[in-house]
Amino acid sequence: MHDTSKQTAEHHHSPPQGFLWTHVFSLDHKVIGKQYYFLSLAAVLIGMILSWLVRFHLAWASVAIPGLQHLSQVGAPGGIITPEYYLSLLTLHGTLMVFFVLTTAPQAGFGNYFLPIQIGAEDMAFPRLNMLSFWVTFVGFVVLVSTLFVSDGPPISGWTAYAPLSAIGSDAGPGLGTGQVLWVISIGIFCIGSLLGALNFIATTLDLRAKGMTLARMPYTTWAWFITAVLGLLAFAVLLPACVLLALDHLGGTSFFIPGGLVVSDKLQPHSGGSTLLWQHMFWFFGHPEVYIAIIPGLGITSHILTATARKDLLGGTRVLVGCMVSIAFLSFMVWGHHMFISGMNPFSSLVFSVPTLIITIPASIVTLNWIGTVFGARLRLHTAGLFAIGFISVFVTGGLSGFFLAQPSLDIYLHATYFVVGHFHMVMGVAAIFGMFAGTYFWFPKMFGRMMSEPLGKLHFWVTFIGVYCIFMPMHYLGLAGNVRRYSAFVDDYLAPLIPVHKFITISAFVTGAAQLLFLFNLFWSMYRGKKAEENPWQATTLEWTIPSPPPFDNFGGRHPVVYRGPYEFGVEGTPDDFVMQDSPEQPAKS
Amino acid sequence: MSELEVAVTGGQEIWQGGESPYAIPSKKLGMWLFIVSDSITFGAVLFCYAYLRLASPDWPTPFRLASIENATIMTFVLLSSSVTMVAAVEAAKAGRIAASVRWLGATMLGGVLFDILHIREWLGLIHEGLRLGQNPWGSGLFGAAFFTLTGLHMTHVTIGVIYLCIVAIGFRRGKFTSDDVEISGLYWHFVDLVWMFIFPLVYLLSARIR
Repeated sequence: MHDTSKQTAEHHHSPPQGFLWTHVFSLDHKVIGKQYYFLSLAAVLIGMILSWLVRFHLAWASVAIPGLQHLSQVGAPGGIITPEYYLSLLTLHGTLMVFFVLTTAPQAGFGNYFLPIQIGAEDMAFPRLNMLSFWVTFVGFVVLVSTLFVSDGPPISGWTAYAPLSAIGSDAGPGLGTGQVLWVISIGIFCIGSLLGALNFIATTLDLRAKGMTLARMPYTTWAWFITAVLGLLAFAVLLPACVLLALDHLGGTSFFIPGGLVVSDKLQPHSGGSTLLWQHMFWFFGHPEVYIAIIPGLGITSHILTATARKDLLGGTRVLVGCMVSIAFLSFMVWGHHMFISGMNPFSSLVFSVPTLIITIPASIVTLNWIGTVFGARLRLHTAGLFAIGFISVFVTGGLSGFFLAQPSLDIYLHATYFVVGHFHMVMGVAAIFGMFAGTYFWFPKMFGRMMSEPLGKLHFWVTFIGVYCIFMPMHYLGLAGNVRRYSAFVDDYLAPLIPVHKFITISAFVTGAAQLLFLFNLFWSMYRGKKAEENPWQATTLEWTIPSPPPFDNFGGRHPVVYRGPYEFGVEGTPDDFVMQDSPEQPAKS
Repeated sequence: MSELEVAVTGGQEIWQGGESPYAIPSKKLGMWLFIVSDSITFGAVLFCYAYLRLASPDWPTPFRLASIENATIMTFVLLSSSVTMVAAVEAAKAGRIAASVRWLGATMLGGVLFDILHIREWLGLIHEGLRLGQNPWGSGLFGAAFFTLTGLHMTHVTIGVIYLCIVAIGFRRGKFTSDDVEISGLYWHFVDLVWMFIFPLVYLLSARIR
């Protein structure tokens, strides 16, 4: 047997003293995980309010929103959003949600908190780097939100920042000068934070596993965070130089992404020779893996919680799930062109990108069938976390199905940049990942804060949200098929006017669903201080995070070195007092 | 292996935990992961360079014989600094601290010399009219792509020199181990390797020699 004292020697750091060092500049992965979580919470609140503004404007374009003129006199004179300001708000909504919510909470938030615990480590491999990643990300967030308060607001170029619109500067529209530069800086900073985080996650998973924690015994969530970290390490490494080049187009007089002879706002632009497609290639080479960076932690969390809900291991087990996640991750680097079918790229390349895109549906379907097979015939313990995990399967399937259509160039020519796409990616990337976060929150809250969340409130939150998101995003598919193009701020054309009632329905649904999120916020903060005290293992789950007190002590295992004797999900074991065996339980269960 | 473990695992070896799954300590693994990520970053910028070059009908070929000679000397200097780096790691592993620090010094010297030659090259080109946005020879994108790519690499060399300096001082004072010297060596060799892509793709392919 190896001496495990060496493992801890290098990483041991004693508990810090004082508020500043325990809550702000903490090296403890648990505190950093919570910091990421609350950063995402702030981002998602701002993002949600922005989406309300956007939705309100789409349904009632001529009705003033009281007080909005104080945010931007130019953008919303008299409280009525101008078409340009509509795009500004939309850009900020998308950027906040994709980067600071979907990329941040499921991976950096929950991952930071639970990856070391689930593998039996006392911290991440590089605690200082971990703290640095968070604060770098935080600075990125502040820079991004500051675009709201600069002269002409956030950029109007969308979260994809397509060139040349994003590269020319303020001639091309509001927010494209200072706002766009701040956007590029913010995302560049975010890349650095994500790269450092990804490096840390991979090193931790490979190096700090407790004795007996073989790769095959790692929980599904650990696998998901590990695979996501690999994706992040490779994908953000491309977005970072892309951001630098875009910034140079603004500040250095280069024309990487700006073609020659461009006349914008009656001015001939002093650029020549650049390629707008180059930005799209670089952006989507990052952008498609990014979609899986957002969703793979959700796959892991759903699988993890489903076992405790269904009281049995996932059908197919680790090998199939991990195999599928790895193939999805691998394929994600070969499909970026499916975002560019109508970009003017060679039509033959469309075919090349379409085929691997359709192949992704195979591992995705296998995972889905495994989930359904697991739930089938099980005696479900439907706590709120389990409901959200099952809800995840539903929205993942719904959102995934529309992907079949968009993956085919012939159909995408019609559907591209319509509300069909908006419905698709919100469902499969946005809502599914958010459901993963909700499931994770309800499941792990007792461990993180030592108290239970209210189940009745949670269930109410689930049902309103579940029905609400379908009311919001299903009609969008219909709108898209009817030819409703996205990024229009108002629908005045003859063929779009009859669709306004549908938009009103979506907006009202969005407000109702949004109100349910306030219920969640109340539940979250109320339970943090007033909730029932949580026991060590409230869900009768089997992995290592449930073998330690709630909340865990500073070094997670209280100086103990956990030893793992079995797989992560041994449920339904006969001859045990309960129906499950913990991962660190050395007793040999009676084989029936 | 205890009886209990034999009972549970059926006698198979199980993961023993600890720092070195594949005999790689965390720090070294971290450096390897950084190198993986950074090589993708360089790959993206090289891809950009190639893409823009292919898309431009008038890509300039401004490097005269003197430039190519200069770049060849730079390559030789950088490659030699990799050799001294190997010697530094070798000496560190053997516990010859003073020798290791001397070799690290030689490596740093190579890096500084490389930077000086490189900046001389830049200044020469700037003097001839090369700017970020334009140049007298052809596509204005050349300057943008050239300065970005070589500038990124020069930044890496410069950071490398500072990094080696910190490692050398720390190693002499006993703050760092021979492993830290080896890890800094990984970085240095990586930066060297990147240059082996830049030299032919940027300089040799854009030479103007009659």
